[in-house]
Amino acid sequence: MLPDLNLDAQVAMLRRMLIARRFEEELIELAQDRDIGHFHVYVGQESTGIPALSLLEHGDLSFTNHRNHGHLIARGADPGPMYAEILGRVTGYCRGKGGTLHLASVEHGFPTTSSATGGCIPLAVGAGMGLSRLGSDRISVCLMGDGALEEGAWHESANIAAMESLPVIFLCENNSLEALGQRAGEYPSSTMAVRDLTELASVFGIEAVAIDGLDVRAVHETMSRAVLRARCGEGPTFIEARTVRWPGNRPIWPELATGRTDISMAWEDSLVPEEHAIWHRKQDGLLGFTRELLAEGNFRTEAVLRLDEETTEHVREGLVFALDSSYPDPEEALEHVFSPAGD
Amino acid sequence: MTDAIRYIDAISSTLRQELKRDDDVIVLGEDVSYGGPFGATAGLSDMFGPTRIVDTPISEGAVMGLAVGAALAGRRPVVEVMFADFITLAMDQLINHAAKLRYMTDGQLSVPLTIRVQGGVGGGYGAHHSQSLEAWFLHVPGLKVVAPCSVDDASGLLAAAIRDDDPVVYLEHRGLYWSKGSIMSHVDPATIGLAAVVRPGADVTVVAVSRMVQVAMSAAEKLAADGVDVEVVDLRTVSPIDLETITESIRRTGRLVVAHEAVVTGGLGAELVAGVHAAAFNSLTSPAIRVGAPFTPVPASPHLERLYVPTVDDVIAAVLETLPER
Repeated sequence: MLPDLNLDAQVAMLRRMLIARRFEEELIELAQDRDIGHFHVYVGQESTGIPALSLLEHGDLSFTNHRNHGHLIARGADPGPMYAEILGRVTGYCRGKGGTLHLASVEHGFPTTSSATGGCIPLAVGAGMGLSRLGSDRISVCLMGDGALEEGAWHESANIAAMESLPVIFLCENNSLEALGQRAGEYPSSTMAVRDLTELASVFGIEAVAIDGLDVRAVHETMSRAVLRARCGEGPTFIEARTVRWPGNRPIWPELATGRTDISMAWEDSLVPEEHAIWHRKQDGLLGFTRELLAEGNFRTEAVLRLDEETTEHVREGLVFALDSSYPDPEEALEHVFSPAGD
Repeated sequence: MTDAIRYIDAISSTLRQELKRDDDVIVLGEDVSYGGPFGATAGLSDMFGPTRIVDTPISEGAVMGLAVGAALAGRRPVVEVMFADFITLAMDQLINHAAKLRYMTDGQLSVPLTIRVQGGVGGGYGAHHSQSLEAWFLHVPGLKVVAPCSVDDASGLLAAAIRDDDPVVYLEHRGLYWSKGSIMSHVDPATIGLAAVVRPGADVTVVAVSRMVQVAMSAAEKLAADGVDVEVVDLRTVSPIDLETITESIRRTGRLVVAHEAVVTGGLGAELVAGVHAAAFNSLTSPAIRVGAPFTPVPASPHLERLYVPTVDDVIAAVLETLPER
């Protein structure tokens, strides 16, 4: 039976989508004032990762990539230790040794994060094998971009996942659609002979489906089926979730090209600026989902504003926590290369 | 109780023992249910079944990643790399993931993974089936590297590698597979990181690794007839290097020869000599000498292969070079 998507569950998803958005907006603003190094953002993909990962349970493992901030938030990670990790502070999830490219939290089901494109694919398949060999019904989720399909790791791993009928879900977030930079001739998209990405999975006999990654309900329903299949031992699923590349997600440094998201645009169309109007009206999954919730009449604009205030505050507290935290002691740089002897 | 047993049988029986001992141990590799190219895993599939003895496609990169992922999910995988040369296909998962994961998570997780790598020169296999790549692994923080020469170590270091919580590259030399030794009916894990003085001597220390320990022993026997007393140290572990045992030996002998089958350039010998210089330079009475292969790929022709691989005579010449003119 597929999980029910009741109002509480929807509001919980909206909340995490807001946290993810505000988290990165704060980060981009912070980067304008000080050198915090390079980072990749998830803006524009919240409508995929948050509903998809909300279906995972404790003990399910997830493996993500360089664009990971939203994924951790989707599974309940706290903005404070996330910011601290990104800023290299001792209170970070990995005490500053992972950083933004390797943001991981074991307690939230992210054992490690690979920033070698496609690196997470065999790890996720192996985790699926490890879990199924335990006789457990826990599953493994591989969070990958369309670019990862260009790596040999995909083809080798998909073959194994299919042959062994492993409990793995490949959630491929294709953010290459409408890449604005690409139109300007500067941002190459997927570089593949294949047009339909699902063919790269179905050729191995993997259940494969392409969906609109901006449609929270479609993501939730498709992912529910995939989770059920994996838990029941019916094998892997490949989901291509199509999202639109956010205009601010430009090489090399992300910038707030569309400004801080004014959530009121969801009900007050006159607030939508001329520039990037299509983004605000059609391509931002956060605004789209808010509009849907309001249209159904169970949720009011006041409640949205309250939720936005609460999450913005929550995120800012996290940033203050991180900025107030100290850097690790120099000796820590030498620790944990190997396990303690006799461990 | 002891039985004469071959190096390759020591590997098989230790795998069997560890698979019995711990249900989390799984074996992954190409044709492992058949036994692999030399039979090291023969019979395991009948005993433990396909869920624990997993035949994989010819996908070294994915299989290494698969093993790391399975380790993260609580298993204790043993991966077989059919020929050392093919590990180049798995380097992303081995170097970027297995080796660094513990550090990147600040010790929250570890990767209890054993990588059995068959290699070494011999048999005219040519450039893609003969390399000794231990220096590559030595260069990577987070990897342990062992290279047993004796049959006892083939067992003890394999048991230790499997029980270790970190990734351990276990280097097997196919030229040793059929050499015999004695082994207890039950294997106790050896200590990773300890070298062993396998032949005490007073004049020159020869530190050798893997099959070159046998070569060094033969050289020592011949030199003994000429009145040169060679101490042979079996390195056993390539990383971390046991500098203590080596420098202790050099304090007695004052002379050092390092012998390995890999090319000399950028090799284990360079690291070892630099380590000795830092720790015990004043104990050396003559320059240390490295014995290894020339800076070329491994040639296939048996005639050229014989010239490529370091011999007993090469070790003898190096030892004599460290000694004052007599």
